Amino acid sequence: MYYSKNDYFCANFQEHNFFDKEIMKEVSKVVKNLVLFIAIVSSLQGFAFSEGQDEGAVKGSERVNEYIQHHIKDSHDFHLFSYTNSQGERKHVGFPLPVILWSSNGLVTFMSSEFHHDDNGEVIVERNGSKFVKLHSKIYELEEGATTVNFDEEHHATNAQKVLDFSITKSVFGILLVGLFMLLAFSSLARQYKNKSVPTGFGRVLEPLVIYVRDEIAKPNIGEKKYRQFTGYLLTVFFFIWILNLLGLTPFGFNVTGQVAVTAALAIFTLIIYTVSGNKDYWMHMLWMPGVPVLIRPVLAIIELAGAFLIKPFSLLVRLFANITAGHIVFMSLIAIMFVFKETLGTAGATGLSVFLSVLILIIEILVAFLQAYIFTMLSALFIGMAVAEHDHEHHHDVEGHEMPDEEDVRADFI
Amino acid sequence: MYNLIGAGLVVIGAGIGLGQIGGKAMEGIARQPEATGKIQTAMIIVAALLEGLAFGALILGQQ
Repeated sequence: MYYSKNDYFCANFQEHNFFDKEIMKEVSKVVKNLVLFIAIVSSLQGFAFSEGQDEGAVKGSERVNEYIQHHIKDSHDFHLFSYTNSQGERKHVGFPLPVILWSSNGLVTFMSSEFHHDDNGEVIVERNGSKFVKLHSKIYELEEGATTVNFDEEHHATNAQKVLDFSITKSVFGILLVGLFMLLAFSSLARQYKNKSVPTGFGRVLEPLVIYVRDEIAKPNIGEKKYRQFTGYLLTVFFFIWILNLLGLTPFGFNVTGQVAVTAALAIFTLIIYTVSGNKDYWMHMLWMPGVPVLIRPVLAIIELAGAFLIKPFSLLVRLFANITAGHIVFMSLIAIMFVFKETLGTAGATGLSVFLSVLILIIEILVAFLQAYIFTMLSALFIGMAVAEHDHEHHHDVEGHEMPDEEDVRADFI
Repeated sequence: MYNLIGAGLVVIGAGIGLGQIGGKAMEGIARQPEATGKIQTAMIIVAALLEGLAFGALILGQQ
């Protein structure tokens, strides 16, 4: 085959020209968005400087554990970083979040900045005749007449009770943020299909992922007939977990999928879905397993019930929670090498080692973020698939006429 | 103290199990490279179940 060199270059050149214009447009759009984002972030930081008690900088290994524990927990304000200025004052950078409480005197709302970053029950906020203190990231209401918090030997408050806390905490803020992002991204993707068959812009990134979840997770595990009904839930769960996992790796310090409450809620959603959509065969196999001796059937029923209502959701919630929490602890410990080994290795050596190890573990964590979202979705699909599977009732029989378990029964027992 | 030793034993067991799963999957893939996708999926599911067990032991061991 021979192409005229001239023609080839001509076509190539024109194409390039065309693409350049397109790229220029895209780039200017990206730059505009970036400027907007930076403006928003810096304006938030501008008014968010607030003074707190002097807590001292991270000085040694004894503070590291405290910082890690603080990060793992949910908090009532959004805290980005702290520093000590030239006057020796401790400054915290971040922004407050609303606190919403249901106390003994009704609904109470105020901003978390009123606690002034206190976490030891020293600052008392008074609203509607009730006094509130923050203690170990939890808000307590003081009993009538009390003016300070009294502690017992184990540092538990003796004259304060927990209140119902509906605050927009850091995790709730993260969930709302991701919810909004998903709503915008996927509704724009869905709208594009009205006019054209191939999405443009950010939809180009999302479409293959959506198809991947549908074809690789939903279809093979639930089956060709019924997968459509559950794909919405699986997609939501997949993207929710994945984006929140990735958000946890950013310096904003989210740890949403590392909260037991969040993963438990997700596991309960899956539990409700496969319990509600379970068909007759599913309940039959759970309560009165066919193909086994009658005496064994009640024993199997107990095991199957425990498996369906306790073990399956528990394994789902613990796996996600423990993986993400362990990842965050390891990552923060590697960052802490910088402070802990400063004396022995020198500042440059400790920083170099810390950055090297952190980058390596960060790459693994990016993989884990996807893998955990995939596994949660996959197992949800598998459990739903087991609940809605249609058995053909042509169980194989061996020579003596006993029923042989078919492949699906074996798989169900195994899981 | 004993709960930590127990958690450690479970983690050793999980490590052996994960090694078995990974090794056998490798063997399977080497024998039948065209079944790679299916083997990988099954491997990840079993590994995830095992991992859940190990993490459960770790969390219970911390109490």
